[in-house]
Amino acid sequence: MMAPLLLEGSMFYFILNRLAQALLVMAVVSAISFSLFNFVGDPVNNMVGQDATREQRIEIRQQLGLDDPILVQYQRFMLNVAQGDFGLSYRIKQPVSQLILERLPATLELVFASAVIAVLIGIVLGVYTGIRRYSWVSKIIMSVSLIGVSLPTFIIGIGLIYLFAVHLRWLPSSGRAGVIELGGWKTSLLTIDGWRSIILPAVTLSLFQLTMILRLVRAEMLEVMRSDYIKFARARGLANRAIHFGHALRNTLVPVITIIGLNIGGLIAYSVITETVFQWPGTGLMFIQAVDFVDVPIMAAYLIFVALLFVVINLIVDILYFVVDPRIRRGGS
Amino acid sequence: MNFLKLAKLFSVALIMATAANAENVLRWTSQGDALTMDPHSQNESPTIAFNGQIYEALVARDIEMNLVPELAESWTASPDGWTFKLRQGVTFHDGADFTAEDVVFSFNRALEESSDYKEQVKTVAKVEVIDDFTIKLVTDGANPILPNTLTNVYIMDSGWAKANGVERPQDFAAEEETFSVRNSNGTGPFMLTSRAPEELSVLTRNPNWWGNSMFPGNVDRIEYRPIKNAATRVAALLSGEVDFVLDAPLQDLKRIEATDGLTTKTVAQVRSIFFGMDQGVDELRSSNIKGKNPFRDIRVREAFNLAIDKDAIQRVVMDGLSFPTGIITPPGVLGNTPELDKQYGFDLGKAKNLMEQAGYADGFEIQLDCPNNRYNNDEKICQAAVAMLAKIGVKVNLDAIPKAQHFPKIQKRISDFYMLGWGVSTLDSHYVFSYLFDGEGSWNGIGYNNARVNEITKLIETETDIPKRTALIDEAWQIIKKEMPYLPIHHQVLGWSMKDNVDVPIAADDHLRPRYVVFK
Repeated sequence: MMAPLLLEGSMFYFILNRLAQALLVMAVVSAISFSLFNFVGDPVNNMVGQDATREQRIEIRQQLGLDDPILVQYQRFMLNVAQGDFGLSYRIKQPVSQLILERLPATLELVFASAVIAVLIGIVLGVYTGIRRYSWVSKIIMSVSLIGVSLPTFIIGIGLIYLFAVHLRWLPSSGRAGVIELGGWKTSLLTIDGWRSIILPAVTLSLFQLTMILRLVRAEMLEVMRSDYIKFARARGLANRAIHFGHALRNTLVPVITIIGLNIGGLIAYSVITETVFQWPGTGLMFIQAVDFVDVPIMAAYLIFVALLFVVINLIVDILYFVVDPRIRRGGS
Repeated sequence: MNFLKLAKLFSVALIMATAANAENVLRWTSQGDALTMDPHSQNESPTIAFNGQIYEALVARDIEMNLVPELAESWTASPDGWTFKLRQGVTFHDGADFTAEDVVFSFNRALEESSDYKEQVKTVAKVEVIDDFTIKLVTDGANPILPNTLTNVYIMDSGWAKANGVERPQDFAAEEETFSVRNSNGTGPFMLTSRAPEELSVLTRNPNWWGNSMFPGNVDRIEYRPIKNAATRVAALLSGEVDFVLDAPLQDLKRIEATDGLTTKTVAQVRSIFFGMDQGVDELRSSNIKGKNPFRDIRVREAFNLAIDKDAIQRVVMDGLSFPTGIITPPGVLGNTPELDKQYGFDLGKAKNLMEQAGYADGFEIQLDCPNNRYNNDEKICQAAVAMLAKIGVKVNLDAIPKAQHFPKIQKRISDFYMLGWGVSTLDSHYVFSYLFDGEGSWNGIGYNNARVNEITKLIETETDIPKRTALIDEAWQIIKKEMPYLPIHHQVLGWSMKDNVDVPIAADDHLRPRYVVFK
């Protein structure tokens, strides 16, 4: 039974092939990031008080093996990682894997909320501006959406804080409130306080994606609306509603879904700035603190985690293509 | 419209919920959370301050930085150490009694290899128990300032530590975090109720604290929420979500002060900012002068001192929030006198003359190493210095980099010209001499080596005759003031911001002391 599975062109072979490539990518990413840590600075000075003696500093360097050649350090790190040990944070002396797992729910919930905002609003506005492309409302939406792509995240974040937290006082300025523990997963999506605190960071993080989805849907809609089958549908006397949502929108969604899938990884990776501005206790905030401190174990683990994320998402997308598009199967052999 | 109404309802409900709560809750924020709850694991200022609400030391400092009794009621010096009379009837938060045994245990724990407080207690050779409430810290020879160095050495319950397997502070070889990283059991005024690192820590008043009737503080509960981003931190105060911000950016203080219901306080911090000029090497690494080291010529050092206008730095760069100085140790530290504190003055003409006399009429080139994320406006001060030194012909190439890359340069003694700040935790000049001026000092990045200063640094370690000791300290400072090995700029200023219904007395060491915090 195994033999046919291993044949070139089979699904199993394809996945195996991609997994091997993924491992290679991971190894390269970890090697590059590890060599970069040499330039971030010396952690020892942050780890001891200013009154530590020279001997104490040297001792810590030896304990951590910081004076070893970078290749030796990398090899030691990878050996530990292979055993699932990411080491202890230099800054807070807690196991890195535990720290990441503790903070992951906050990041994932933030990414989920902003993905929902981006998709819902992006599609609705995209459809609207696609159908009524000459109305003044569409023109306003398109101009305002430029802000979403052009303003840096931290300015949008601070702007929203000053408007909604300081001026109007509707929402909290920062932090993650109303956290409940649910079978080991700390969630803030089940309380009003939690929702109040996630709105601003989620909107901030979603703006870029929202704008992109809006523009993509609009462009697709414009294209589809010109196609023959829409004209035919009109000729059949179908209602506008049925044409727009039943026929046109459905056909625009294929590329949109692909983009969304690919961008979820980006949302997680780029939540760093949003989390810092809003003191959102996720992995991004942890990463920034690690960079300030030269907390190499956390930086290394985080970069590997992000690389893994992209690799997995790409793998899933590849597999979906494999299922959907028969041309890939033929191209493999 | 509906959303508006709903939002208003929410905020009304929120206000009512807060009002119904009659207790005084101090909600506050600062940039960095405590790194650990373990009292001996990390010698880091925010960690020390946070744990100081829960744990106590034998002696403490009050708001004015005076040494006051904490777990010890009195102490006396003898030629071979210090005897402390311990406070009686004190209990730890879990109910265990505080006795001499806990002091012995805690000092031994602070001396452990994995402790970050070894330097503070290194002169303690042994802790002798005289009776249940008297202990003697036996030192190698006399140590006149031992109590000054003990304010951060917190006392743990030996029984609790043993029961939870935390007899030693955690080291980096450990596989898992130890119990004391997130749990605490001190004798202090507040007890840790809940802790989510980097999110929220809640402390409640210890009803059994010995000092409840002796201190003015009336805070019942403390909610601490770190906020890393400075603008967000200020926003949290402006929006009323917190009552107190420890570290609002200096440039925001005026705006906060101008806001209704908010107020700010400033105080000279126990930290001085200065430039180091390497006199230890025969040839500067970054200079175009080869074969000799211009900084070895006192005329060059004086010219540098006179060419930098500290008042202009205070006015333009610091927005008035600094105290220009001529000595690397602030008022409040034993050794600082008004006369020594006077800056060298700004005299461009004399500076040019001195450079000419030294044979550098055309100046020279040098690199200035500067941190960009450590001190108030650190990089801007350096930029100002570059422009000022250009006027005496010195071409300064500025290298402003993060502290994690900057400090190793000083430690490795590979910087010609650098910025450094120095805080004095013991409030005694010995701490300045032994690190910055002693020939062997670990932060002496300039290779300064003066036999008499080295000698005095040794002498004041054991000199117990206080007037004589103070005279020695002054003698050393006079030498330093004359030789100008460093270029003092100013003492930093701290700015605390708060709502005006709460009085948070500001302390020069930047530590919040909630026992003095009063809700009006």
